[in-house]
Formats: sequence, C-alpha cells, structure tokens
Amino acid sequence: MTRKTIKSGSISRRRLLTTASAGAALAASPFSINLLRAQEATIKIGFPVPLTGPYGAEAQDQVRAAQVAVAQFNDGGGLNGRRAELLVRDDKLNPGEAATRTLELVEKEKVNFVVGSLSAAVQLAVNNVTKERGIIYNSISQSDAINEAADFSKYTFHEALNPHLTSGAVGRYAFPKFGKKVAFLTADYAYGHEMVRGFLEVGKAFNIENLGDVRHPIGTTDYSTLLPRLQALKPDILCICNFGRDQQISLKQATDFGVKKTTQIIAPLLTQASRVAAGPQAYDGVIGGSSFYWGLEDKFASTKAFNDAFRKMYDGKLPTDYGALGYGGVRTILAAVRNAGSVDTDKVIAAMEALKYDFYKGPQYYRKCDHQSVQSVLVIRSKSKELRNDSDVFEIISAEEPNEAGLRSCEELGHKA
Amino acid sequence: MAGLSFDLIALQLFAGLALGAIYVLFAIGLSLIFGMLTVVNFAHGAFYMVGAYAGIYILMLGGNFWICLIAVPLVVGLFGLAVERVLIRPLYGRGIDYPLLLTFGLSYVMVELVRIAFGKTGFPFDTPEVLQGAVNIGVGYFPLYRLFVIGATAAVLLALWLFLEKTSFGLIIRAGARDPQIVRVLGVNVTRVWLIVFGIGTAIAGFAGLLAAPLQGVSPEMGGTILAEAFVVTVVGGMGSIGGAVLAGLLVGVVVSMTSLFVPEMAKVSIFALMAVVLIIRPQGFFGRAGLMS
Repeated sequence: MTRKTIKSGSISRRRLLTTASAGAALAASPFSINLLRAQEATIKIGFPVPLTGPYGAEAQDQVRAAQVAVAQFNDGGGLNGRRAELLVRDDKLNPGEAATRTLELVEKEKVNFVVGSLSAAVQLAVNNVTKERGIIYNSISQSDAINEAADFSKYTFHEALNPHLTSGAVGRYAFPKFGKKVAFLTADYAYGHEMVRGFLEVGKAFNIENLGDVRHPIGTTDYSTLLPRLQALKPDILCICNFGRDQQISLKQATDFGVKKTTQIIAPLLTQASRVAAGPQAYDGVIGGSSFYWGLEDKFASTKAFNDAFRKMYDGKLPTDYGALGYGGVRTILAAVRNAGSVDTDKVIAAMEALKYDFYKGPQYYRKCDHQSVQSVLVIRSKSKELRNDSDVFEIISAEEPNEAGLRSCEELGHKA
Repeated sequence: MAGLSFDLIALQLFAGLALGAIYVLFAIGLSLIFGMLTVVNFAHGAFYMVGAYAGIYILMLGGNFWICLIAVPLVVGLFGLAVERVLIRPLYGRGIDYPLLLTFGLSYVMVELVRIAFGKTGFPFDTPEVLQGAVNIGVGYFPLYRLFVIGATAAVLLALWLFLEKTSFGLIIRAGARDPQIVRVLGVNVTRVWLIVFGIGTAIAGFAGLLAAPLQGVSPEMGGTILAEAFVVTVVGGMGSIGGAVLAGLLVGVVVSMTSLFVPEMAKVSIFALMAVVLIIRPQGFFGRAGLMS
C-alpha cells in the first residue's frame, strides 16, 4: 500500500505541477467571486469576554451594551446596506482560552474586527493574536502594558482607561484632601501592581508617605489577618488596589474592622456591578475612579442618548461602567467603518485615528502614538442613602477632563516620536 | 514595614485563632462524613454555598438572621438527606472514588442551578445589627461578629461531641464507622445511620455557609475556596478525626496569620506548605487512623 502511494506520487510529479498551475489559473475566477461576496457580507465583530467566572456579570453587561451599538449601526442603514454582527465568545477569564477563541474568530469566522476582554492579562493574549493576524482590536479593559511599545501594534486600540490614568485622577483628588500617610492593600498581580505604581507616581507631587504595601493573593476570601497590620500603620488613606470579588470582600471586612472610622478608603476603580453585589454598607464612603457612570446623563446629551437606547432595549435597565466600554469599543469601530466607507483594515485604522467622538461620555479621541482613548476620568463616591433606583449607587465628586498630560508620554512608553 | 509591637503580635495571634475557628467550622461537616462513612464529599463547598443562598432566600421571604440560624441547617440537612438517599446510597461498597466523583459532579450541578435561579452576580449579606462593629479585646479592636462565629463554632462542636459520645445513637454511629457488618448483625439498620450522618454533615456545611455570608457576601462560587481549606484542615487533623480537625483548623489559622504578618503574599501557599510538611512527617495526620483510605 505504502509502496504504491510512493510510486504513484513520483509518477505524477510532472502532472502535479501542471494541475497546480491550472488550478491556480482556475482559482482566479472563483476567488474574485468570493471577494465580491465578501463585500456584501455582514461586518463581523468578534467579542471575547469572560461570561463565566467572577466577572460574569460585568461581561454580560459588555455584551448587552455592544448589542446596542450594533443595533444602532444596522438601524442607521449599516455600511451601504451591509449589516454588522456581534460574535460573542466566552474567554473564561483565561489568557489561553481567549487566544484560542480569538484565533477561531479570525480563522473560522473570518471576523473583520475584534473588541473585548475584561482583564489585563487576557487582553494582551487577544492582542497578540490580532496583531499577528493584522486584525484591528479595540480593548475594553484596563491595562498599562497594552499602551507600551512592546505590546502595541498599529492594529491595537484601547477604549478603556488605563491604571496610570485612573489612579492618577483618584490620587490627585484624594491626596490633598485626606492626608499624606498612605498604606496599600494590593492584589498580587499585574492590575494591582500597575495601580500601586500609578498612585506612587502621582503621590510624588503631593509628597505622600508610603507606609507599606500589603499584598494578598488574587481570590483571597479572608482579610482578617491582614487588616490589623494595616490598622497598626495608622494611615490617613488606605488604598485598596484589587478588583471584583476581592474588592467586595476586602471592603466588607475593612468596614467590620472599623477601618473607616479613622481612615479614608480609596480604590483605583469602583464598578457598579461590584457595588451592587456587595451592598451599600461595605462600599459606603469609599472613593474611587470610573470611566463611566449613568448619572453623567445630566451633563452630556450623548450619555442620555446611550442610556435611553439601553433602557429601551433592556426594559428600563441602566448601563454599567464596563457595559459602556462594550458600547464604546464597538461603536467607535463601526463609526470608523462608516467614515472610511469600507472595512479595509488600513482605511479603518486611519478613520479611527481621525475620529473625534462623543458617543457616551463626552468628548474622546485616540492618541496617535499608542491608540489610547484620551477621555475624562470620573472620581466617584459610593453612597448608601437617598438612593433613587437600583442603579443609583455612586455620586460623581470630581471629573478630570480629557487630557494627554494624565497619560504617560509617548517617549516614556517607548514609541518613536 | 516597621512598627511590630507586642499588641500587634498578640492581636495577630488572636486573629489567627479566630480565623482557625472559622476553618474548623468549614471542615467539621466534611470530616464527620468522611470519618463515619468514608465518603469524601466533594460537594461540601456546594452545600456550604447553598446554605448561604438558603439564608438569602429566607431573608427575602421576610425572615431574619436568627430564624436563618435554625432554618438553614434544617433545609440544607434535608437536602443532604435526599442526596444521600438517591445518589450516594447506591454507591456504598463500591470503592472510595465512586462517591468522590459523584459529589464532584454534583457540586458543579448545584453551582450551576444556583446561578440559574439567583443569577451570576453575588448578593450582599449585611451583618445582623446587634453584631455589627468592633469591640476592644484588650490588645486592639476586633469585629464583634467574628467573636460570635467563634462562639457558634464552639456550640456546634460541643453539641456534636455530646451527640456522638453521650447518646446511644452516637454510640451506634461510632460502632457503625468501625465495623458496619457486626453492627448490622446486631440488628441495627446501618443504612439509616449513614443517612442521618450525611444529613448532619451537610447541615453543618450549610450552617457554616450562612455564618460566612456576613463575612464575605454570597456568590455561587463561594464554596470553591473553602473546599480546599476544609480539605487541608481535614487532612492535617487526620481524615475523619473531629478533634484533629479542631486542632488543625486552629493551627492553620495561626500559620496563615503569622505568615500574613511577615510575608502576606505567601499566606495562601503557607496552608499547603503546612499540609505537605505534616504529610511527610505523619502521613495519617495528627489523630487520623492509618489505613482509612485503603
């Protein structure tokens, strides 16, 4: 059997060559037909997010809001009649899983763009795939690394805030008000480290004194052995740099230990989903940063329009912070597609770089060197009284206007001028 | 970081013992079921989580925390009885890995059902008002609710000890654990004994979940971490020994607490390091009977 194959293989060598060249010529015509068909096909946007796992609630909201952007694009006639479609995949909050799903989206589903992720590490994994395949990726989760030259590519966009910007805004608000002695309780991974670095950097301008950084493993459920140590340091400000359930549990237990009586607790980022899950008691009085809060609708018509569209689609529900990012990430790409009049990658990149947009939270634009969205940062405080509805959980106490000065400079990130 | 005072070390030690008491509470249900039935209940964390959700449900119906303290163990215990009767019983005598795999799968089903019924987002669970705040324990302030949990754990242990050691039914349970065949020959319905032990074990797991809810909130995944901790305590204490579980729980708490003071990022690892050391020196754990697994 084997011999026969080899034999026939060697005989047909010349025939193979002829067939191949004939095939190539033949392929030319159906190829052009395929291309034509692709022009009319739907615009596919891959959307890997952690639907299962500890950030499932936030991820679900990202999907909901992204669907609003897609629906608006399609209702507005699409791209000369071409409709957009969202292909949602569960990345399970796992970089490997995310890379596999993204590769599938690119190879099998032939997506035009990728938007998504909800973790610093996961977005870098997605970005690795998309930059290699030359697919535009708009990341909607916090990361400093994604701006840096090593991870950046011309296909990489970052709609979310980054830790440097967020902690900077919160620090600039809190350090002059509550005191200079600062202690940290930090989740021991990239997000926590980046946030602490951001706080310490902005703290230099206010001469803060770093009393110490207590690091806990991600997924810790009991902080009772860490809190006495932190209390003994007698800080003016306790900065809790963790996320999701870690933040919920650590804030609850810090409240139980009476930390709030003597110390102002700040967090780089407060999310609506976490606050709702942990309740008003645990979060009461805690100050933190945010990219979006539905209450911005008093200030911006774009927020009002987004809230209304979301309410209409999801019976009266209001969008959350991470939801808004899902909307923004998809909406900007689709706006760029319409401006470019094409889904051609280079044309869309140029259109995104040229975009000056106000889609849901006031004016924004992508910085040229690292494609970071330059945008406002909100400083919010969690409240426990006079709540008007289920989503009425924060008050905006300060807002930093969009300003490149809050970001690390292009040179600092390693981009050539 | 400077500032290591005597008070801080004393408070840290106390925090460790308090945490240890919580570990003990997490572990005794698991230890009881293993010791008496040789069933490794991998759904222990899921029963614990169901306890917390049962509490949430009772609160939604208008109950209060004190009603929950009575009702939750009953509800979860009844559920445990049903699980034993329908799922575990057919597997007795088939080797230790059968019920292990079954309960492992069951835990996934339970978590997923709770997600479907209550959603993926967690629920807040406020500390009951009279137990809120921190009290001065001489070396510093400590949350009142944690002291309450220590008391509740002690009460459960005392009740369990009285039940097993001082009642005739407890005698039958202990005899059944040693040699079921002889007990059966003596005319005792061992199957019924096992049913009740499983019910008690799961009731304690549910009770622990309820008590943990005000400490860390309620979420479908909350049982995951405590399962690992409960296993370490059970293994270190000696599989199936309740006294061992108490000693091991307190020891694990103190080890975590002291590690937290000096190298907090190692706190989680220290638990497993302790287990490894104990297993090397004394494979059956502190008070374990050798050969229980074989």
